[in-house]
Order: sequence, then structure tokens, then C-alpha cells
Amino acid sequence: MDTSDTKRDISKLVEARHHRAEIIFGVASFAIALALLSQVGNQTTWADGEPWVKQPAFWPLVSIVGMTLFGALELFFSWRRNSTGRGDSIPAEVLFWTRAIEFALWFMAYVWAVPLAGYLPVTVVFCILLTLRLGYRGARPLLWAAVIGAATVVVFKSLLSVKIPGALWYDYLPDGLRNIMILYF
Amino acid sequence: MDLLLSSIGIIARLDVVAALLIGSVGGVVIGAIPGVGPAIAIAILLPATFALEPIVGLTLLLGIYGSSMFGGAIPAVLINTPGTAANALTTYDGYPMTRRGEAPRALSLAYGASFCGGVISVVCLILLAPVLAKVAPMFGSREIFLAAMLGMVLVVIAHRGQNMAAGALLCFGIFLQTIGLEPVRYTQRFTFDQTWLTSGVNLIVVVLGLFALSQAFLLLIGDDQKTEMPEVKGGLFAGLREVFRYPKVVLPSAGFGTLMGIIPGVGEFTAQFMSYTLAQKTSKRPEMFGRGAPEGLIASEAANNAVPAAAMIPLLALGIPGEALTAMMLSVFYVHNVIPGPGLFKNQPDFILALYLCLLVLNVLALGFLIVATRPLLSVIRIPNRFLGMAILTLSFVGVYSLRNSATDCAIAAAFGLLGLVLKRLNLPVVPIILGMVLGGIMETKFRTSLPRIRSPLDWIDRPVAAAIFALIVLTLAFHAWSMVRRTRSKGKDGHG
Repeated sequence: MDTSDTKRDISKLVEARHHRAEIIFGVASFAIALALLSQVGNQTTWADGEPWVKQPAFWPLVSIVGMTLFGALELFFSWRRNSTGRGDSIPAEVLFWTRAIEFALWFMAYVWAVPLAGYLPVTVVFCILLTLRLGYRGARPLLWAAVIGAATVVVFKSLLSVKIPGALWYDYLPDGLRNIMILYF
Repeated sequence: MDLLLSSIGIIARLDVVAALLIGSVGGVVIGAIPGVGPAIAIAILLPATFALEPIVGLTLLLGIYGSSMFGGAIPAVLINTPGTAANALTTYDGYPMTRRGEAPRALSLAYGASFCGGVISVVCLILLAPVLAKVAPMFGSREIFLAAMLGMVLVVIAHRGQNMAAGALLCFGIFLQTIGLEPVRYTQRFTFDQTWLTSGVNLIVVVLGLFALSQAFLLLIGDDQKTEMPEVKGGLFAGLREVFRYPKVVLPSAGFGTLMGIIPGVGEFTAQFMSYTLAQKTSKRPEMFGRGAPEGLIASEAANNAVPAAAMIPLLALGIPGEALTAMMLSVFYVHNVIPGPGLFKNQPDFILALYLCLLVLNVLALGFLIVATRPLLSVIRIPNRFLGMAILTLSFVGVYSLRNSATDCAIAAAFGLLGLVLKRLNLPVVPIILGMVLGGIMETKFRTSLPRIRSPLDWIDRPVAAAIFALIVLTLAFHAWSMVRRTRSKGKDGHG
């Protein structure tokens, strides 16, 4: 939180702040563009007798050429910025990015579990487990996590009727209850 | 009069009123929570709105879009943290006022300015509607193609200091929408023999990944920030009246917001920058700007809240979204086979007016809600970041999975979530990818439909509107090149001086 009394300069809001790790973006975007450019012939079909602007490959080619040009320039400018100045650590930044993979895996585990165990139970358990993983302890945060999980299901599936299939085990429930569970939870 | 009655008839329904209430109140709450923002909320809610009628779904999303900046002013003023990106400038004068013990005055000035900006913008658009109804039919395939191209040019140029990255990301977005079956011969493009790529990359999956999942990851791996909330003692009405003492700030700011909202790819910040600069130049106490000047706060909030209504113009009149939120709303139209564009203004003017009326009402609802609920809302701002990340991750699942019940979609969204996290950490924009996907699709379609009438390149601009848009593109590029040269020269002079 800024607690200074000094006047703040509006131009700072417009200035682009560059991180040294931007060079990784430059390298990746240029390399991907080149890889895609090499695949234009293989991944599109040539329509005989049509001018090149009507070829199926025309529009992808426009975008890939654009990616290549902008990617090359981005790489050049990132390299030039990095060669003239010091600052943020690139490995530390990359390490930070990789920490997100754990939560992407949490998300995919949740996706995998919902059709098997049911939207309501899985969402409540997912919220509680993730809250514990984040280091929150005590009844209050866990209760809130369960409430958020249950409320999400009630709002989206019970009230807004979004399409999320029922769990496999719902088939073993008595008829009336099974219908309610499939439709609302 | 018949048109007005017909429009009122469209919105005077229980489901539309409920959508208005939920949208405007929900938008204020979402805006007040730093780290959420309207883009995430709209991305998550988007698939759920497909089951609703277009007017209901759009009202809900518009409510969130239009009222989030009202709520975003609360943390900007009280804890120096903007609730949404568009409230960043509000911290410059709002927070110093809070530190002087004027929090209620700052908050009510922000609310009043937001309200005036929103209402003036809608009134401008209602007055402009007959003109648009006449101009819109002048846009054929060539004109829409060129207008989309202008939008792309502006998106790249608007990202000052990041033009190359924005260009690369925009082209990446265009490429993404070409994956799958091409629309004329149905041959496969860049599917790499993978069946899951045949149907292409879904826009909503990308949107949810880039906006919602990336933000969830960012919050989950970050730290909880302890914020000390100042007390808000006293009434919130004084500042509302005070806003009307600054008509020379409110009117131009709302005007800039409306104008910049209409121009694709420009958005809130340019409008705020222009409004703030003008307000400072015309102020009797310019030295107070950045130290708690009421005019600065009013300029920022009136400008940003005038943008949402105006941003609907290119979408409704031409079918061209100018920024990410309206790009998302475009899919609501497509799902219901309502094609926004010149025909919509001509054939369904009551629908357009109904949307404007909704925007007008949501400003009233948001203001009313804030006057009674500001103090309870302060507890929402205190929600720990990582806990918020958990909630966004859970909600993102609904958005992605409910589209097609596809785990592959979820995996793609997670991959885009990681990409979005990297881009956000590097301060690079994610919006060009979305606009590339949407505008790229429009451009390819309009390019193909224009081709039968094109004999030479000059045929692209042989109609007045097309020629005018082309001239705008050339002028924009020339001006940008000139300003870059000037900046480089001034840097060189500074270096030698």
C-alpha cells in the first residue's frame, strides 16, 4: 500500500513495464511461428484452379506470417532490452510459472472426478481439500469452503440448469431420488 | 413513441428485471473484490446465459460489465488497490482523500461521477441511434472487413510499449480460429490428425482459460494480503450533490468515455487519460491532481463508466466487438442466431433501445445499492486472495465443462490458463488473443464474401465508407509511426543532454 504523500505521475500508468523473462516469450512465439510456417503445406489442402487468396491455406498463412514478423521483432527488442539493463531474475520467474502447474493438475483431477462421483459431493470435497492445501485451518474457512462448493452447485446446476451430467453411482439410487440428483445435483 | 413502448414491453418482464437486479448488484460486488473483475465473471457466466433468451442473458452480462466499475472504486479509494483495471486512475486522487479523512466524500464523488458518466453515455447513444440506423446499412462486407482491420490495428497500437507482443498475440488469436474445418471446402487446417481439433478451438474455452483460470492460478500461488480498511463514517449523499458542481469535468469526461468506447480496441484508459489531462488543465488548482483533487476522481470515474454502453455500439451496429467483454457477448448473439450488425439496427430497433434502457436502469440500481450497501461490502474486499482463487477455480469448471461436457476442453482451458498466467506475470496483454480470434473469423468470412466483386485492389475502397475507413487505417498507422519516431528522437536528445 502506498503511504507516501508525494504527487503521483499519471504517465506511469501508461508506461509498459518489461520483465527480463519477456525474452522467453519472444523466443517461444518466434519458434512456434517458424514451426507452424514449416507445416503450412502439410496441414492445409491445396484447391486446384483457385487463386491463392481463395486457398484454404491463405488465412492461416496470413496469421502465421504475422506471428513470425511480430515474434522476430519482439525477440529482437527483448534481447536489446536485456543486453542493456539488469533487473529481474529469469530463472526465479520461470520457477514461479511452474508452481501454477500444481493447480492446473488440481483442476484436471476435479474434472476427472465429477462424472464419477457427482457434481455436488466432488465440488464440496474439492473446495475443502484445496482450502486445506492452501494452508487454511480451523472450522471457519473449511465451513466457508463447503458453503462455496454447495452454493456453486445450487446456483448453476439447480437454478440455472447448466449441463453437467449426473454421476455413475446415481443410477443405484431409488427412482425419485435418482431423478432429483441427476437434474439438480 | 411506439418504439419506446415496444422496448419497455421487452424489458418489463420478471426474468429481465431479475437479470437486471442480479447483474447490477453482482457487478458491484464483483468489481469491489480486487482480483476478480468483470471479465472473469462474464467468462464464467457465459455458458449459463446460453439457456436464457438473448435479452435476459445480455442484460445479466451488461449489468455485470456496467456496474463493476462502480464497485471497483471502493477498494481504489479506500485501500489504494483498484477493484478493476479501469479504476487504477481513481487511486491517484481517491486514496489521498481517504488519507485526509474524506473517505465518504471520495466514495460518493466516485459513485456520482460513475452514475453521471453511465447515464450521459446512454443518453448520447439513444440520441445517436437514428444516425446509426442510417449509417449501419452502408456497411457491406468490404466495409466490415476494413472496420475489423481498423479494430486490429487499434488493438496493437493501443498497447503502447508492447506493440510487438500485442501483434504476435493478435496473430496467434487469428491463427487459433483457423484451426479445424475451413468454412468453404470443409478441408482440415492445422488439425495434426487429431479428432479433437477438427471442431476448432472454442472461443469460450480460450476466454475462460486466459481470464478466469489464469487469475485463479495467480491468486492460488500468491500470498494473502492483509489490508487495513479505513472506517467509512458519515453519509454518502454530500458527494453525490458535489459532482454536479463540476459540469466542466463531468461532461467532457463522459464524452471522452463515450467516444473512446465506440472506437474498437481503445477502451477505458485512453478515455480516462484524456479526461484527467483536460480536467487538470482546466482546473483552478492543477497542483492538487494526484494529491486528492475531486476533479481528478470525477474525471477518472465518469470516463470509465461511460465506456461500457458505448462499447456496445460497434458490436450492435457492425457486429464487431472492440474489446474482450463485448467479444464474449457476441457469442450470446450467435448462440441464439441473432446476428448483430446493420440488419439489427434496421429490423429490431426496439431490441436495441431495450438494451439501452437496461443500461440506464442498471446505473440507477448500482447507485442505489452502493448508497445502502457500501459498509457491508467492505467485508467482501477482505476475502483472502488464495481463498478467492479457490472459488474462481471451482467456478471456472462450470464455465468450461458445461459447454460440451468435455474433459479435453477443460485441459485446453487449463493450458490457456497457464499461458494467461505467464502473460500476466510479464505484463503482456491477453485481450489481443481474444480479439484476434473474433475479428479474425469476421475478417475471413467478409474477405471471402467480398472477393466476387473485387477485380483490382482499388475495388476494396471504391465506396465512400470503405475509403473513409481505409484512410483512417492509413492515418492511424502514420500517426503511430510519427509518434514513435518523435519519442525515439526525444529519448536520444535526453541521452545526449
